[in-house]
Amino acid sequence: MTLHTSIKRNAYYDSVTLMLLSRELQKLEGVEDVLVGMGTDLNLDLAKDLGLASGEFDTLTPNDLFIAAKIDEAQISMKQVEDAFIEQLNKSAESDGDEDYQPPSLRSAVQALPGANMVLVSVPGQFAAAEVEEALDAGLHVMLFSDNVSVEDELRLKQKAVEKGLLMMGPDCGTAIINGKPLCFANAVRRGRIGVVGASGTGTQEVTVQVHKLGEGLSQVIGTGGRDLKEQIGGLMMIQGFESLIADPETDLIVLISKPPAPLVAEKIYQIAKTSPKPVVIDFIGGDRAAIEAVGAIPCISLEDAAQKAVKALHGEAFDDFTGFSLPEDYINCIVDTSVAKLKSDQTELRALFTGGTLADEAMKVLGVHHEIYSNIPLSPEMAIENLPGGRGHICLDLGEDQFTRGRPHPMIDPQTRTEFFESHVDEKTAVILVDVVLGFGSYLDPAGAVADSVREIRQRLSKQGKDVVVIASVCGTDLDSQDLNKSIESLEAAGIIVLPSNAQAVRLTDRVLQRIKKGA
Amino acid sequence: MSLNDLFKQELKVVNLGLKSFHNDLKSQGVTVVQVNWKPKAGGKKNMLNLLSKLNKVKQS
Repeated sequence: MTLHTSIKRNAYYDSVTLMLLSRELQKLEGVEDVLVGMGTDLNLDLAKDLGLASGEFDTLTPNDLFIAAKIDEAQISMKQVEDAFIEQLNKSAESDGDEDYQPPSLRSAVQALPGANMVLVSVPGQFAAAEVEEALDAGLHVMLFSDNVSVEDELRLKQKAVEKGLLMMGPDCGTAIINGKPLCFANAVRRGRIGVVGASGTGTQEVTVQVHKLGEGLSQVIGTGGRDLKEQIGGLMMIQGFESLIADPETDLIVLISKPPAPLVAEKIYQIAKTSPKPVVIDFIGGDRAAIEAVGAIPCISLEDAAQKAVKALHGEAFDDFTGFSLPEDYINCIVDTSVAKLKSDQTELRALFTGGTLADEAMKVLGVHHEIYSNIPLSPEMAIENLPGGRGHICLDLGEDQFTRGRPHPMIDPQTRTEFFESHVDEKTAVILVDVVLGFGSYLDPAGAVADSVREIRQRLSKQGKDVVVIASVCGTDLDSQDLNKSIESLEAAGIIVLPSNAQAVRLTDRVLQRIKKGA
Repeated sequence: MSLNDLFKQELKVVNLGLKSFHNDLKSQGVTVVQVNWKPKAGGKKNMLNLLSKLNKVKQS
């Protein structure tokens, strides 16, 4: 194998395009390893770690494209790798089918689009703050998808946005629906009277999807970015969003979603909730229930519960915590019985492989009550995945975390990472596999199909040992999403996967099956 | 433009970065312009710092 590098100066392409191209080139006969990227610090470090960096890398700037490949020259030449790259790039441009004029800067784009009111920024983090600042200075609202933006920049930009009455959603903000238009990763849901401000991406998606399934709709869905409710930022965007929804005549009820905020920030939000003339439902996943009730807001036990309470409160109906299942209890018991009956006595372990971060958080909170779960988002430091004894035990992973996404697309965009984890982490000791399937804009075109294919492969593999496995899933999506909720459920069920109507219920069923296994079937 | 004014307007988006976001918006009939974005000053840190200082001087 020999290492070759090809550099194209002043040729900028976005990271997702290049990551997907890298994966296509990796499939070529004779290519052992390949990385295509822009010369950013992040990519240069990754190339070094992969042993793909050469002396020429010292001359790269973030505006230069590189292809670094370890190839077997008996099978393929670097010229052929480059040609394949160009071919793939052209294919990707063709599928875009877009010949529109593309202005070279934000300023010229604003001139080209009179009445522009929102700037969506997903450029590499080190360049993002400057672009956001320019947008805010021009009086434009911003959704900042990029990560790797410093807390100092976030604070400064959000202060500027608040001063000007503008949105600055992010950094690392993946979901918003403004005026009925989904931005970045969001589901197609009907418009309605429930407004949401969310600091947790897939948590917000799950709530909006559940509201839609219950027949209601969303007025505005405002993202804040995950750090907004930390003490350094002080909840600037959640407060800004919350107050704007209170003032919005199209919004009759407000849902707030976040991981537990810093106590001082939570207090500020509770004070606004206390005086809100509109009902407020708060899901601070694992947050302080008594404090929420004390200000007259509605606390929740899950994302699904938040949606149910929001819809019931909107209709003036009474509500309780939703701790059960949509299906009758005896039906659930039957599912547990038949599931456990097909396992052998040495099959005891859980493999929960999530693509949505908040959905994984929700699973950890519930499963951690009865089971010891090793994770990359552990409930306590000793349960970190690195401490898994001899590779044996229950595992729950958030595959969208940075450690799994270096140099490759987020698993909601490209199922490859989870496909590989199905191969490497599911074995003859696995009893239950738990997954999320997230549909919507930004997501892979057929995430359910990818999971179904992996499960078929796993079943074939285990059948050689006379074994089977229980697979439980939920689909975060709607009938209006391009991937289609019903088609996705059919595709999962055809592979023998048990599909529950929410993440909370899928997690609860998993808990029941694991408890039954622990007791002994 | 205040946030509550935005809620009353047609959403018009300028997209800097991932082309797929532009395509998703376009498919929903949102008016969107894709910027042919490249790192300013070739992405060189010292040049970027200099540019940022110049901008601040201009603004003050």
